[in-house]
Amino acid sequence: MAGTLHGSKASGSRAIGILKDLVSRPSGMIGLSLVVCHVILAIISPFIVPFDYKLQNSALMLSQPSSIHWLGADHLGRDVFSRTLMGGREALLVTGVATPLAVIWGGFIGILFGLVGGRLDEVLMRVVDAFLSLPWILKMLVLIVTFGTGIEVLIPTLAFFYGIPVIRIARAATHDVIARDFVWAAKARGHGRISIIWRELLPNVLDTLMVEGAMRWSWMLLAFSSLSFLGFGVSPPTPDWGLMISDARGFMSFAPWGVIGPVIALSSLIIGINLTADALAKALGIDRAQKAPM
Amino acid sequence: MLLLLFRRILLGLVTVCIVSLIIFAGVEILPGDACTQYLGEYQADDELLTQCRKDLDLNRPAFDRFAEWAGGAVTGDLGLAVDGKTKISTIVGDRLQNSLLLALCAMSVGVPLALLLGVITGLWRDRLPDLIASTLAIFAMTIPEFVSATLLILVFSIWLGWLPGIVLTSASAPAAEFFPEILLPMIVLSLVMCAHIMRMVRSSVIEVMASDYVQMATLKGVPYWPTVFRHALPSALLPAINVVALTIAWLLGGVVVIEVVFNYPGLGRLMIDSISDRDLPVVQSIALIVASVYVCVNLAADLLTMLANPKLRTMYMRK
Amino acid sequence: MTTQPFISVNGLSVGYTSRTGKIIRVLRNVSLEINRGESVGLVGESGSGKSTLALAAMGYFKRGLRPLSGDVHFDSVDMLALDRDELQAIRGGRLALIPQNSGQSLTPTMRIGQQLTEALRLHSNLDAGQFSDRVVELLTQVRLPDPAKLVSRYPHELSGGQQQRVAIAMALAGEPDALLLDEPTTGLDVTTQAHILELLRDLARDRNMAMLYVSHDLGAISRVCDQVVVMYAGEAVLTGTTRQVLLAPRHPYAHGLLTSIPRLDQTRMPMALDGRPPMPGEAITGCAFADRCALADNKCLTEAPEMVGLSSGELVRCFKSDMIDRMPVPSRQPSRLNRPDDKTGDTALDLRDVAISYARDNWLRTVLSPADGGPPATVDNIGISIEKGETLGLVGESGSGKSTILKAIAGLISPKRGHIMLHGQTALTPRVEDRPAVNLRQIQMIFQNPDDSLNPRHAVAQILAQPLQLYFGLSGDALHEASVSMLERVRLGAHYLDRLPSQLSGGEKQRVAIARAFAAEPEIVLCDEVTSALDVSVQAAVLDLLDELKTQQGTTYIFVSHDLAVVKAISDRVAVLYQGRLCEIGSAEAVYTAPFHPYTDVLLGAVLEPDPDVAPKLIADDVVELSPPARGCPFQRRCSRKLGTICDSEMPPARQLRAGHVINCHIPADEL
Repeated sequence: MAGTLHGSKASGSRAIGILKDLVSRPSGMIGLSLVVCHVILAIISPFIVPFDYKLQNSALMLSQPSSIHWLGADHLGRDVFSRTLMGGREALLVTGVATPLAVIWGGFIGILFGLVGGRLDEVLMRVVDAFLSLPWILKMLVLIVTFGTGIEVLIPTLAFFYGIPVIRIARAATHDVIARDFVWAAKARGHGRISIIWRELLPNVLDTLMVEGAMRWSWMLLAFSSLSFLGFGVSPPTPDWGLMISDARGFMSFAPWGVIGPVIALSSLIIGINLTADALAKALGIDRAQKAPM
Repeated sequence: MLLLLFRRILLGLVTVCIVSLIIFAGVEILPGDACTQYLGEYQADDELLTQCRKDLDLNRPAFDRFAEWAGGAVTGDLGLAVDGKTKISTIVGDRLQNSLLLALCAMSVGVPLALLLGVITGLWRDRLPDLIASTLAIFAMTIPEFVSATLLILVFSIWLGWLPGIVLTSASAPAAEFFPEILLPMIVLSLVMCAHIMRMVRSSVIEVMASDYVQMATLKGVPYWPTVFRHALPSALLPAINVVALTIAWLLGGVVVIEVVFNYPGLGRLMIDSISDRDLPVVQSIALIVASVYVCVNLAADLLTMLANPKLRTMYMRK
Repeated sequence: MTTQPFISVNGLSVGYTSRTGKIIRVLRNVSLEINRGESVGLVGESGSGKSTLALAAMGYFKRGLRPLSGDVHFDSVDMLALDRDELQAIRGGRLALIPQNSGQSLTPTMRIGQQLTEALRLHSNLDAGQFSDRVVELLTQVRLPDPAKLVSRYPHELSGGQQQRVAIAMALAGEPDALLLDEPTTGLDVTTQAHILELLRDLARDRNMAMLYVSHDLGAISRVCDQVVVMYAGEAVLTGTTRQVLLAPRHPYAHGLLTSIPRLDQTRMPMALDGRPPMPGEAITGCAFADRCALADNKCLTEAPEMVGLSSGELVRCFKSDMIDRMPVPSRQPSRLNRPDDKTGDTALDLRDVAISYARDNWLRTVLSPADGGPPATVDNIGISIEKGETLGLVGESGSGKSTILKAIAGLISPKRGHIMLHGQTALTPRVEDRPAVNLRQIQMIFQNPDDSLNPRHAVAQILAQPLQLYFGLSGDALHEASVSMLERVRLGAHYLDRLPSQLSGGEKQRVAIARAFAAEPEIVLCDEVTSALDVSVQAAVLDLLDELKTQQGTTYIFVSHDLAVVKAISDRVAVLYQGRLCEIGSAEAVYTAPFHPYTDVLLGAVLEPDPDVAPKLIADDVVELSPPARGCPFQRRCSRKLGTICDSEMPPARQLRAGHVINCHIPADEL
């Protein structure tokens, strides 16, 4: 079809334009490279690590960095460098699946209630408020303590709770868009609801949701590593940065090098995501700093 | 105006009611009840279970128990912990005080600093002070709290030995005894909140400084600083009220990680301990308290914004 | 020795550095002189650099802009050489600015009194104790009612006209010798605008001030200025007395600009200026206007003309200034004059006693004050019948309910009462969702602002495909062909199909919106202020296009506008609305000539023509009414010919004057 053909060409070139704009900003360039490096490392790390992450060597316990063990060894004598390289796999897998899920379900509900409006919408917003008023860690821990700490629990739990604030964002964005004349014009032409949502509303709300998704991702990573740190995340011996920092902390007074690797790895990933989100928001013309943190 | 005030408070109450329902229903829906959770689902023998359920009054219908629990909560009686002896209000009371103390300390440093930095970076946008402060803010916001806490302990406590890295004071001690142990957790918290508020204020200042009325003030011959203080800041700082409210709510409810890292006896640690101990009645109470604080603080912020903004004020007066 | 002019701008260029490091010039080598007691108008379309020039006269440049060459003198002081303190002393004092859109230029968090006192403290020698008296005095001077109460108000509590008066009072606080006015009446209703201009005229005369008046509106300029400078693409192209420039312009652009303005006293369609001005930074060889100029030859394309003096005194930047009489003049008559007398007589649309209300029931209010019957309806008692192939113009100031009526016809708002009949027989379902497909296609709407009515994420092809797919089920080559043919009908080419709205100019966007409406092959097209967001030269092109499409297709238009001259140019019949009630309806000729409804009289009297010989007559005060009166005549509170209590209590009768000319007024027909 000629219409959609031209359309897809235009939106394709728009995506390329946004990507170009993104990498033309220093923050976008740095951020995106950090994220890409981390993702690549997470995929290939099992094949390139110098040592087995499980291999315990009591002779090496808490040993200093050396030419063989670049970041030394932990309290069980495991190679910290290898564990650092692999320590983001679980986190990236869980948050990488949970983030899109959160944005999709939160976005869907938000758009739906933004369109329906009225009393039902009012009630939903109170429920959303109620959920937001509870500390995230409490909501999650109760579920995790009851159901366990496997991926099959963590992904839906994170996706559920992190989708709730997305409802608000999507609803507000929907309200902004449906007040505009092009939606009125489509209504007056007699397009159906579905067509209006799909063709008029969604393309304009997606920008906001994309930036929102990037932010959710970084917050979810923070949450995930905090859970691991508190001992409610990944179960040993699987390497995870939060858990590694937590373990190494106890020996910090005489073996401080143990925390350095995971600290740098975790921080660089989260900073990378944030820089990307910032640059993306600028490229899309959305001011992110105006939005309050959760 | 009164009508609106009434409506806002009503909405806040509705939210708190929904929260209490969610909390109560959540615990009901989870497999087992407070006693099986507490005593362990498989090991507990029937006698202990029965005794525990009797202590906690779990045999009555859920609705009755909710009514009693909610009714008690309104009057400040939160019931008994799962051991059936300790009153929750005494356990929670001390911890709440300690959390308030930490929050107050963090705010008294963080909020003024954040406003100041936000204004400075907004006015000197894209110049050196802005670049430095904004970059630092990104680090403060993105690095997990337990990481920054760990690094600070490493530097100030272990290497330099200036500040104690861990709190040893008992939960019921008076406020003064928490010094200087409270300083490191306070610094970490104020860093994080400062970064969030600063970024918001910065972008608000930039927007207002580019507005027509600030340009007009300049063209009216108003000198630079009076323009900033009289014309720009009253509008630019308005949105900060809500962000400050959000961070206050966060300080009073969500600083579990920091309290654990520094071993600080606040609500957060009580929460995680109760969860580990499967003490569901205490968890319920904490959840309710934290949620109420969140609702109240946000309500206060909304009303404050309304009072401080002439436009909103008259809009609602007319209604 | 010649005396220095009071304000002089000499060879000023202003520009910014683009992201690629190129220097983009917004103003190019502009010169300007204003003497004491003289007022100079600065005219040009959006992007011509006129506001930048006005601000540069105060030594002010927006963020990023900087002077590249030239100088600016105010009373022999080099404004570009002053430091911050020296500038502060002059700005708002001897040299004051009255900004565009005072609603946004007054600080929202400060009371009116505080803002005026601040100006006094900075720029007057009064003691602090005298400030409050002086503030009241200033507010009285700008003819604001109840100044003592006004000082404690915040800007948002005032109407647009009142805000503008406060801005004028603030400028006067420093006893200025010169005033810079940046589009001071843009966005105000016609009656308010006329009053503000009268005030400015009086002030300038009384105080012997120098004024620089920036506007795109030649009507306003003609009212206030002695001299006019016409700007085009960052250059001054014509300077002369107001009479010279407006009555016998010696530059092709000025000539084109004037012929593109619809006039009340003419029965010809305004003529469009094709093309668009070059963007700042675009490479220009030769004359910047050459590619749009009917007189341009090879020399114009290759050689840049200099500003030269003519024997009659004007300065003009054109090689062909002696050939202006060869410029084309508007000749096309509006289609209404060519319509056969034997009209079809078929009714296209019939509004029967329509009432529309925005107020919604609030449960809390219902509980608290159940007896209150609610405010009067926004629109009430509208009975209009529109013939096939006819254009009905709806005029009125903001709040007159004209757009609301269009939305009700389109089914976007449900009327509270009454029916809208299609073809005089089928009652249209109130809600658009319930309308049968055929009715949907028959009625199409074009909105005011194409930036808002075109989805920014859809390319032109997608925009046009929507009606074509929806109503005719077209796809593939058929769709492509239909889209291209629609584009050609609105005088755009097939190469526009791939473009996004952000890649089009304002006029092009509105053409796409028109193409989208006409793609449905509608019977009735609803036009909601479709030219208000456009420059005059573009407006003329859009009007021309609409008129042409109508002649080709026999379409019926309902054309809403606040601009009486625009409505006259395009309409067969005109309805005048006030506060959602019908005041007068009749053929365009009948409505625009006496006898008038008192409100029509006020509206027409306030229109500013770009002609120094036509003065507006101001009858009613510019009071802004927020809601219609509960009973009686809607115009009762502002009417200068009010009869008495009958106007307050009873609905005015519909007086039939001639065939189809109806005036709703208590005044007997022969006295109107």
